[in-house]
Amino acid sequence: MAQLTRRAAALNKSLPAAILAARGLATASTSPITVETSLPFTAHKIDPPSRSVETSSQELLTFFRDMALMRRMEIAADSLYKAKLIRGFCHLYDGQEAVCVGMEAAINRKDCIITAYRDHCIFLGRGGTLLEAFAELMGRKDGCSKGKGGSMHFYKKEGGFYGGHGIVGAQVPLGCGLAFAQKYSKDESVTFAMYGDGAANQGQLFEALNMAALWDLPAILVCENNHYGMGTAEWRAAKSPAYYKRGDYVPGLKVDGMDALAVKQACKFAKEHALKNGPIILEMDTYRYHGHSMSDPGSTYRTRDEISGVRQERDPIERIRKLVLAHDIATEKELKDTEKEVRKEVDEAIAQAKESPMPDPSELFTNVYVKGLGTESFGADRKEVRTVLP
Amino acid sequence: MAASFGVSSAAVQAVKSSASPLPSPPVIRSEARPISGRINRSRKAGKIATHAVAARTENPASAASKTGHEVLLFEALREGLEEEMERDPRVCIFGEDVGHYGGSYKVSKGLAEKYGDLRVLDTPIAENSFTGMAVGAAMTGLRPVVEGMNMGFLLLAFNQISDNCGMLHYTSGGQFTIPTVIRGPGGVGRQLGAEHSQRLESYFQSIPGIQMVACSTPYNAKGLMKAAIRSENPVVLFEHVLLYNLKERIPDEEYVVSLEEAEMVRPGKHVTILTYSRMRYHVMQAAKTLVNKGYDPEVIDIRSLKPFDLHTIGNSIKKTHKVLIVEECMRTGGIGASLTAAINENFNDYLDAPIVCLSSQDVPTPYAGTLEEVTVVQPPQIVTAVEQLCR
Repeated sequence: MAQLTRRAAALNKSLPAAILAARGLATASTSPITVETSLPFTAHKIDPPSRSVETSSQELLTFFRDMALMRRMEIAADSLYKAKLIRGFCHLYDGQEAVCVGMEAAINRKDCIITAYRDHCIFLGRGGTLLEAFAELMGRKDGCSKGKGGSMHFYKKEGGFYGGHGIVGAQVPLGCGLAFAQKYSKDESVTFAMYGDGAANQGQLFEALNMAALWDLPAILVCENNHYGMGTAEWRAAKSPAYYKRGDYVPGLKVDGMDALAVKQACKFAKEHALKNGPIILEMDTYRYHGHSMSDPGSTYRTRDEISGVRQERDPIERIRKLVLAHDIATEKELKDTEKEVRKEVDEAIAQAKESPMPDPSELFTNVYVKGLGTESFGADRKEVRTVLP
Repeated sequence: MAASFGVSSAAVQAVKSSASPLPSPPVIRSEARPISGRINRSRKAGKIATHAVAARTENPASAASKTGHEVLLFEALREGLEEEMERDPRVCIFGEDVGHYGGSYKVSKGLAEKYGDLRVLDTPIAENSFTGMAVGAAMTGLRPVVEGMNMGFLLLAFNQISDNCGMLHYTSGGQFTIPTVIRGPGGVGRQLGAEHSQRLESYFQSIPGIQMVACSTPYNAKGLMKAAIRSENPVVLFEHVLLYNLKERIPDEEYVVSLEEAEMVRPGKHVTILTYSRMRYHVMQAAKTLVNKGYDPEVIDIRSLKPFDLHTIGNSIKKTHKVLIVEECMRTGGIGASLTAAINENFNDYLDAPIVCLSSQDVPTPYAGTLEEVTVVQPPQIVTAVEQLCR
């Protein structure tokens, strides 16, 4: 969490801004502040956690900066898409930043996160850099997947981020597999398998949930309910839109996904639960400002009033801003300066990414198979010389 | 719930973090050498005659294995599995009824008692999800072996096999490897019905990133199982329902066979017959008749369905100049179709005649015994095809 901002600060070349950032963090204390979440948690077959969340001024500033960075990145990706530098599918996360940032605050890098295609910000949260993100979006070789994955295939092995998946719902069984491996290795860590309200109707979800519950796997299924499965509203797709209750025998918790602190509390609670008792479902009530992807205007199935209403009343960044100002952690100007800094960072990363070259044509054939097998043999490409592993 | 869950995390961490993997066993590889010591083997696979053709030249592998032990094919698979599980604590098995029941074809019998319920995992009937789980587990470093009770059931897991198993290594830019093995019995059995007689090799062959192998003898079954588990790539191991009770003497010492090599079953000079899995036995039966008629067919069990061992195949074609492909999958879009294209592209100059491909009929496998027999290629058809080719 704080690492994202620290690394971002290191990238920042302008000295006054660096001092500003440093000052902001240095003077922010870690002494606890207790904040009440604006909405209570709704629980299914479990006692909900308390509404009082412990945080600190440093954490709140980090939340603000990280979310501003993510927001800026997504808006920049929007412009890049319109400029045809990003092609294909581009699913943007703006509006949902609190889910990602709150989750990161509650866990560590040994815990795994796996999600679907709306993965840019989660990638950042797990330690990915802006350069890797933009380069991948533009298909350059400095991208996190060497330009061969694209928007829907961001991965960060060292950060415990397992992607980045294009087929709706297919990542949830994978997530349960990650949890299985964690249980197998007795890691004491958990997996957050994220999916959307649209994916919640996939059969494989229930299959995976059944197995996770059967074997007490430390899997936490997080439904990011932004109320629309592409163009279909949740009430038109699901008989029971109470996704946190869908686990039936698996406990669930409904969380205000626009409140980073509520998300943090819920994830912390879920992690403790999963390590002891097996799976739990978290439903994050959130909202996306953009359409489903850049090919979708997002206004044919919802009104502009609805979108601007949510932006005015529930925007996650505004909430943290109000909290920060209310607790006198920083001034209005300092926050605006942070936003300007963040904007500059993003612009620099884009400029750097634009200079990154396209992948070499030979990269077409690399990483199809792993060269060098565990046995004395030919490689999968028969023309390759026999390999013997040490 | 059984006693032992998983393995000690220390053991797994040690294996995970060690830069160099565990020591390799002495490898007895099948280097395009005649392999069949068929004289020792008795087959219970229906009407197929035993003692098809004696090997032409000395068979070192067979000589070495005179001191070995006799196993049935499913036992050979189990030996391979067990040895790998013993050697590497990251190897685990996922499948329906693989644990307490011991596997519907007894391939994993006794393993759950030995290794516990988490390493030999009885899954609910949810192919899509447990294949997905295996891929997820493989992403973190475990080495799951997924069993489809019948290969046909794995059609439900096609998305996971194609997109996640096959493509994750590529789309993550090499960050993740997926060392899974997906195995199970397929092929046309004895009146099992259309849905339980499927040959999935034709559907899977296009998936980039996976390797496919088909075993046909206890010797190569054990060797391929071990090689597949050790491979860092996802491997689909096709077994055949009717071959599980084949008996053969296999070496006592540890061995692994190469995943990409074809097996020279019977060297010859008049025609190259390429086959795999159960059709190998139909071919060998036909070969007996052909030998009596004066022909000298060269029979190659291609074993590696993806990628093809064009090295062995090419050398054979250079010698014989005629190719007959005998396969069990359906004609349209089958392995034979791809193999024909590959041979035409690479060895066109060496061919004296067009490639003949004998495949199963493009029909759902009927239940009636007489109809089912006609669906697959029978030895008389092979004999006729060779006679016509060599005219």
